[in-house]
Amino acid sequence: MRLRRSKGGRGKLEFADAGVNGEPLLVVEDLHTSFRTGRGTVHAVDGVSLTVGRGQTLGIVGESGSGKTVLARSIMGLLPAQDVIKSGTVHFAGHELTAMTPEELRQVWGAELSMIFQDPMTALNPVKRIGRQITETLRLHLNMDRSEADATAVELLRSVGIPSPEVRVRWYPFQLSGGMRQRVMIAIALACAPRLVMADEPTTGLDVTVQAQILDLLRELQRERHMAVILVTHDLGVVATRADDIVVMYAGRIVEQAPAHTLFNDTHMPYTRALMDSIPRLADPSGMRLHAIAGRPPDLIHPPKGCRFSPRCPYVRDKCRESEPPLRTAGSRDHLFACWFPLVNGVPTAPSGRVEARPAPVSPAPRPVPDSFADAVPPDRAPPGDAAVNPEAGVQSP
Amino acid sequence: MPDDRELSNTHAGAQLLSDRVPGSAAFDELVVSRQSESLASDDILVKKPLGFLFWFALSWVGLVVILALIANLLPLPNPNYQNYSAINAPPSIHHLLGTDDLGRDLLSRLIFGARVSLVVGFVSVVVGLLIGGTLGLISGYKGGRLDSALNAGSFVLLAFPAIVAVIAIVAFWGHSLFKITVILTVAVIPLLYRVVRASSLSFANRDFVVAARTMGATSGRIVFREILPNVIPAAVSFGLITAAGVIVVEGSLAFLGLSVALPTPSWGNLIANGATNGNLQINPYIMLWPVLAMFLLLLSINLIGDRVRQRFDVREGLL
Amino acid sequence: MAKYLLRRFIQLVVVSFIISVLAFLLVHLLPGDPTAVILGPNDTPQNKAILLHQLGLNKPLWNQYTIWLTAVFHGNLGQSYLNRESVTHILATGFPIDLELIIISQVIAFAVAIPLALVTSRRPNRPVDNVATTGTFGMLALPPFVIAPILVAVFAVGLHWFPATGYVPFSQNPASNIHGMILPSLAITAGSIAVYYRLLRSDLISTLQEDFITMARSKGLSSRFIMWRHAFRPSTFSLLAGAGVNIGALIAGTFIVEYLFAINGLGYSLVAAVNQRDYLVVQGISLVVAIAYVVIQFFIDFLFTVVDPRVTRG
Repeated sequence: MRLRRSKGGRGKLEFADAGVNGEPLLVVEDLHTSFRTGRGTVHAVDGVSLTVGRGQTLGIVGESGSGKTVLARSIMGLLPAQDVIKSGTVHFAGHELTAMTPEELRQVWGAELSMIFQDPMTALNPVKRIGRQITETLRLHLNMDRSEADATAVELLRSVGIPSPEVRVRWYPFQLSGGMRQRVMIAIALACAPRLVMADEPTTGLDVTVQAQILDLLRELQRERHMAVILVTHDLGVVATRADDIVVMYAGRIVEQAPAHTLFNDTHMPYTRALMDSIPRLADPSGMRLHAIAGRPPDLIHPPKGCRFSPRCPYVRDKCRESEPPLRTAGSRDHLFACWFPLVNGVPTAPSGRVEARPAPVSPAPRPVPDSFADAVPPDRAPPGDAAVNPEAGVQSP
Repeated sequence: MPDDRELSNTHAGAQLLSDRVPGSAAFDELVVSRQSESLASDDILVKKPLGFLFWFALSWVGLVVILALIANLLPLPNPNYQNYSAINAPPSIHHLLGTDDLGRDLLSRLIFGARVSLVVGFVSVVVGLLIGGTLGLISGYKGGRLDSALNAGSFVLLAFPAIVAVIAIVAFWGHSLFKITVILTVAVIPLLYRVVRASSLSFANRDFVVAARTMGATSGRIVFREILPNVIPAAVSFGLITAAGVIVVEGSLAFLGLSVALPTPSWGNLIANGATNGNLQINPYIMLWPVLAMFLLLLSINLIGDRVRQRFDVREGLL
Repeated sequence: MAKYLLRRFIQLVVVSFIISVLAFLLVHLLPGDPTAVILGPNDTPQNKAILLHQLGLNKPLWNQYTIWLTAVFHGNLGQSYLNRESVTHILATGFPIDLELIIISQVIAFAVAIPLALVTSRRPNRPVDNVATTGTFGMLALPPFVIAPILVAVFAVGLHWFPATGYVPFSQNPASNIHGMILPSLAITAGSIAVYYRLLRSDLISTLQEDFITMARSKGLSSRFIMWRHAFRPSTFSLLAGAGVNIGALIAGTFIVEYLFAINGLGYSLVAAVNQRDYLVVQGISLVVAIAYVVIQFFIDFLFTVVDPRVTRG
C-alpha cells in the first residue's frame, strides 16, 4: 500500500485562487444535517447559510448540543454516510464540496481544508510518533520524499513553538503535555498550508493559561499564512477578540450573525445576550452569581413550535410560541438575527421597533467586550476597534 | 467508493483504549462494561430480540440434557451390547442411527456418551464458580494481601498449558469420570476466579457500593447483596463459554483415549473410534453422529453465552 | 522498555522454576511405582530396592531434585523405562514437528482473520459482517477432534487430495512434508481463525470510533491507509492476548492431529508414554512443553511493547 498519490494522476483538483476576485472562500447555503436514531430523526443542523472570506476568522458559538460541531463536520463532509441525511451546498475555493466523490474530498481534506480537534489527547494516534503523524500528510498531499518531509515536520514543530523539535518528532503523544499536543495538532492541520482551518473547540480541553497561548499562536500563524479560520466554541469570550464575524447557533439554526463588534455592541437576540451574561467578568464584584441560562437546549427530534428559544426566553410572547421568526437583517446588511422582538439597547421591542415599556430583568447597559480575556490578551494585542466599540473602556483592562 | 463514510466519529469507547493494560490484564478487560455515549445511544436501550437461533440452541441443550438424564428409562439397547449379526448396520427401524464396527447401537452410545460431556462440562464449571467465583468476589472487593496472593497464584496456575498438566496428572492418577471432573474443576478455578474478580473489582468503587458502605452495611452484605447481582451476568456468560471449553478438553482427552475407560461411551471416544481403525471408509456414520452432536452442543452453548453477554452488555474481550 | 522486559523475564524464570518443581513432583509424589513398571508387579522386594538405589530414588527428595535439575541443565532428561530411548532424543525429533504444525496453522489463521476483520469492522452488522461473524461462530464449535475427522473423510478418504496419515521429514522431501502437513494444520486452524477474527473485529470497531480516526480522515488519508496504519495497530491488544491464551488450545490440537494422522510429534509420544506409564517421558515432555508455552507468553509480552509504546514508557 502506498501513501503517496500517483503524480499527475487523473482527477487532480485545481484550486482557483479564490478571494482575489472578491469571491468569498467558503459559501455555505441552506445546509441541513439530520441523524436517524432509534427515537426519531435528529435535526442537528437545520438550514444554515454562511460565508467566510479569504484570511478571515468566523466564530461559531453555541451551547453544547446546538449543532455547531455537526455543522463544522458537515461543511467538511466528514460525517458518516450511514444514517445521516444531508442537503444544501458548500462552495469552497471554486469547488462544490457537497458534489465531490470521496476520492476528490480526500484531495481537499488536509491540503486545502483541515481540522483541529477538541481533545488533543484522543485526536492524536497514541501509537504513532508525532513526526510520522505530520509527515504522512506532507507526503500524501505535497509529494515530499521521506527526508524532505522529516525536515519539514521539524520546521513545523518549531513554528508552533515546540522546543527542541528535532528530538520531539520522535516522541509519542503521551510523552507531551496537553498544550504541547494541541500545538502538534495545529502543526498537522497547517502542514500543507490550507486555505481554511476548522478549529472545533481547540482549547476546551486545556488549562485556562494555555488556552490563550494556543489561540494566540493560531492567530499569529493565520496572519502569517493568510488563511481563513472557523473557530467553533461554546465560549463567546474566546471569539470576542479573535473573530471578524460571529455566528450564534441555537438548536441547529443560526439565531444571530454579525461582525464581532456589532454583535457585542448591538445585540438583538435574547439568546446571544444570555450567552454574554453567562461569561464571568473580572469587573464583576466578587461573590456575584453567574447568570446561567435557565432550562436546557431543546430536543432536536421534536423541536418546540415557534421560536426554538421561546421556552427559555425571558421576554417570550405568544407570537414567539406560535410562529418561528425568520433570519432577517437589522440596520446594517451584515447583521442578521431571528427574533420577533429583538433587543435594542438591551430592551425588547415591539414588532414596530418601538421600545417596550416593560423593564428588562437583566442589566440594560450595552455589554462591553467580555474581558475574561483581558488577563490573557495583552492590551496592545486587543483589536484596535475595541476602544471605539466599548463605551466603558476602563472595564476592559483592570 | 462509499469507503470513507462508515468510519463514524462518535465517542463510544473512547476511554477503552486508555485504561487498557495488555497482557496481564487480558482477563480483567473482558468484563469491564461498556459505556456508550454515541449519537445514537438511544438505540442501545432497545433490546434486541433473542432470535430464533437462541431458542434453537436452548432447545438442543435442553434435549441433550433430558435424554442424558432419562437414558436408562428409554427403550434403548445396552450401549455396550455387541450384536454381531448387525455389524456396521446403516440407520434402520431397529437401530435408528445404525450400529458400529462391533454391532453396538449408535443412538444408545450417543445418548449415554452425552452424560460424560455434560457431567464434566457443567459440574466443573458450577463447582469452579462456587469456589473460584466466591474467592474472586471477595478478593476483588476487599483487595489487600489476600487479593495479591490469590491474584499471583492464579497467574502462576494460568501460566501452565492446561492440557499438558491435565494429561500428565491423568497419566499418574488415572482416568475415571470422577477424577477427570476433579482435575478439570481444578483447572478452571483460576480462570473463573480471574473473571469474577475483575468484574467485582469494577463494581467495588461504584457509587451504589460506596453508598451502601456509608450507610453502614457489612462487607458480607455488600458483597452478596450489592456486588454479586451485578457480577452474575459476566459470570454466567463466561461460565457457559468455559463449559464449552471444558467439554472440548474432555472430548480431546477422550479422543486420545485418556478420558473415561472404554467401553464406556463418550463423544470424544466415539469420534476417535469412527475416525480410526479404518471405520471412516467403511462406516462414516460412526463418526458422523457424535461429530454433529458435539458441533451442535458447542455451538449452542457458545451462542447462549454470547446472547447473555449481549443482553447484559458485557464486553467481548476474551470471551 | 528494558525494565519492563526484565520484570517479565524474572517472572519467566520464576514460573519455569515452579514448573520444574511440579514436573519433578509429578513423578515422585503421585501414586504409581516406577519399579513396578520396569520390573513388573511381581518382582522381589530386593530387586526393587536395588533398582531404587540405581535410579537414585532412595535419596532425600530435595537431593533428588537438585541431581535431576543438574542433569536437565546438561540436556539429560533421563531415558524411557521401556525402550531405553533418551527423552532428549524423543524431544529433539518431536518438537520441530509440533512447531511446524503450529507455525503453519498460525500463518493461515492470521492471513484469514486479519483481512476479514479489517473488511467487516468497517461496516458492522451489515450482511458481509453478519455472514463472517456467524461463520466464525460456527468455527468456534469445531475443535480439532471434531473437524479433523471431517477433513480426513472429505479430503483424504473422499477426494484423495491429501494423505490421511504419515509424516515425511522436511529434510527428506520438503514438498511431501508440506503436503502432509496441510490437513493437520487446517484442523487446528479453525478455532484460531474464529478467536482472532472476533477479537480483532470487536477492537477495530471500538478503535474506529476514536477521534484520531476522524482526525486521520480529515487529513485526506485513504481508507485503506487508515485501516492499516492508524486503526490496526491500536486494535491488536486483545488479538495478542488472545493468541497467548490460544497457544494452550493449539498444543492440545497438535496432540489430537498427531494421534489421528500418526505423526510422530510430542503429542503422539506423550499419549503413548501415558498409556504405558512411561513416567520419565511424560515428565520430560510436560516440562519442555510447559516451558515452551511460558517462553511464548514472554515473547507475546514483548510484542505488546512493540505494538504500544505506552506499555513501557507510560
